[in-house]
Amino acid sequence: MVVVNGRPDLQRSGEGNALLLRATGAWTAPFAPSLERLVADAEKLAGKKVDVSIDVSQVVKLDTFGAWLIERLRRSFTTGTAEPRIDGLSANYASLVDEVRRVSVAADGDATALTVTSMLSQIGRSVAGIFGTVAALIDMLGAVIVAGGRVLIHPRSFRLTSTIHHLEQVCWRAVPIIVLITFLIGCIIAQQGIFHFRRFGADIFVVDMLGVLVLREIGVLLVAIMIAGRSGSAYTAELGSMKMREEIDALRTMGFDPIEVLILPRMLALVIALPILSFLGDIAALYGGGLVAWFYGGVDPEAFLLRLRDAISIDHFTVGLLKAPVMAAVIGIVACVEGLAVQGSAESLGRHTTSSVVKGIFFVIVMDGVFAIFFAAVGM
Amino acid sequence: MMQAVSDPIIRVRDVTVQFGKTRVLDGLDLDVKRGEILGFVGPSGAGKSVLTRTIIGLVPKLSGNIEVFGVDLDAADRAGRRAVERRWGVLFQQGALFSSLTVRQNIQFPVREYLKVSQRLLDEIMVAKLVMVGLRPDVADRFPSELSGGMIKRVALARALALDPELVFLDEPTSGLDPIGAGDFDELVRTLQRTLGLTVFMVTHDLDSLYTACDRIAVLGNGKIIAAGSMADMQASEHPWLRQYFHGKRARAVMG
Repeated sequence: MVVVNGRPDLQRSGEGNALLLRATGAWTAPFAPSLERLVADAEKLAGKKVDVSIDVSQVVKLDTFGAWLIERLRRSFTTGTAEPRIDGLSANYASLVDEVRRVSVAADGDATALTVTSMLSQIGRSVAGIFGTVAALIDMLGAVIVAGGRVLIHPRSFRLTSTIHHLEQVCWRAVPIIVLITFLIGCIIAQQGIFHFRRFGADIFVVDMLGVLVLREIGVLLVAIMIAGRSGSAYTAELGSMKMREEIDALRTMGFDPIEVLILPRMLALVIALPILSFLGDIAALYGGGLVAWFYGGVDPEAFLLRLRDAISIDHFTVGLLKAPVMAAVIGIVACVEGLAVQGSAESLGRHTTSSVVKGIFFVIVMDGVFAIFFAAVGM
Repeated sequence: MMQAVSDPIIRVRDVTVQFGKTRVLDGLDLDVKRGEILGFVGPSGAGKSVLTRTIIGLVPKLSGNIEVFGVDLDAADRAGRRAVERRWGVLFQQGALFSSLTVRQNIQFPVREYLKVSQRLLDEIMVAKLVMVGLRPDVADRFPSELSGGMIKRVALARALALDPELVFLDEPTSGLDPIGAGDFDELVRTLQRTLGLTVFMVTHDLDSLYTACDRIAVLGNGKIIAAGSMADMQASEHPWLRQYFHGKRARAVMG
């Protein structure tokens, strides 16, 4: 191998209008920073000298960087009438210099200026984008319903294996973490309740609070948020990377409907999973709350159960579980829309996965509010 | 200080690579000489890409010794490794362009990381590399997803060449290109090798590439190099796979 330790240099000599630039050393990439300085220094003489020649016979090594910088030198000394000579170019470097001679540099920056107009237009675009998002969600909902209807008419086209596979992923494998989290939240609610109710001597009302809160709101909301983070993001990433590698296009060209093959099983799995997980979450939270009430609040299990039976009705439980499938559908639709919106780059995949989780959680909470109004109106 | 030109730039000795219980490379020896274009062939699944990835350090080897530029990469420290990595360029089979960067940023990325040069020089070098690989400079602001397969290969080659490496690894550079594009690519590799004095390690299945671009051919089979030599040596070989490969219907079509 050739190791060149010769630092590059560019010596100037010549009198009057004549200038001789003698390049020495290694004109290669590792020396590019100092080469650039040397060339920039020499370029200051451009226009003052007419008879310029560049001697490269002392250059021990040349690569694209060096060749280009010599070419840059030649160009900056070129005037309407005279062009610098390049002397002493060895044969094996000549082709490289010829190669860079073909390069025409159109210096341009692709910097987009940040102006008031561009900021305002960005805000406008974002607002308009909201309608686009809602339209895309409704579009997907419609497509899923149509695909579901087709499957009902032709049950043989239903993908049972795929649905079971996704059910395992989003339901069975989620059980430990869901149970753990809801258990802990149940404990925390009970502890806080006892701590504050004790001041009024109303310890036992913690059971009422726990029962209503967990069954109506916390159980299903917490599980929905967890699932949006856990499975919604997974759906978006899966569909997005399939989109990136044209797998979805491949499906389409084989005559399969991606909605039917990919999205329907995922949606169905989620819609089945969320009520089950909510139910398990409810039990875990009540159990955790009961334990804390017993050890921390002195409410023994018998009293707890007795009070729970009085405090809650089946309505509370139904309200919670009715919300679950709807929230599952919202999470699934958002995740699938985002997944199919992924474009070619890894960055786009990341952006849509983030947005899937954020939008999923947002819509879950919005839906919860809508449900609260609805159930208040129907008196449940 | 100048070493003999015939000194190997890559020296692979007795390398064994195993995945689970499957032995992919079994005591393999290979030399790549400075300044040559080595074509590396073998049946699909024989481990051509594995050897390439082992040399560049992406696949751990069970035993054996690999020297690149005379440096044993296992023994080298971080700085030593980086110094070697600066001097090679790799063209991956799928291009492996960074999908969230534009063509311009992809090519400038290694330069920007290793050299402190002005943005002006970065842009100029980027254009020079694009011209060298036969692309027009106006693709510079496109993203990889907006390029055709052939363009991706060319941009990836431009990125591999960004730091003017002495050695480039090409993993199936012409696969997925049309015959004219593939022919151009071979021509391009040849030209670059001549102008930049490159050493090229090329994994390929393309008989045209072997015929027009390569100085020497090495054949991988059963985890070993079963033959290495010129095209004439390959054609004269009596090895059954080689006979089939170089005297098959397609080979006859190429060689006329």
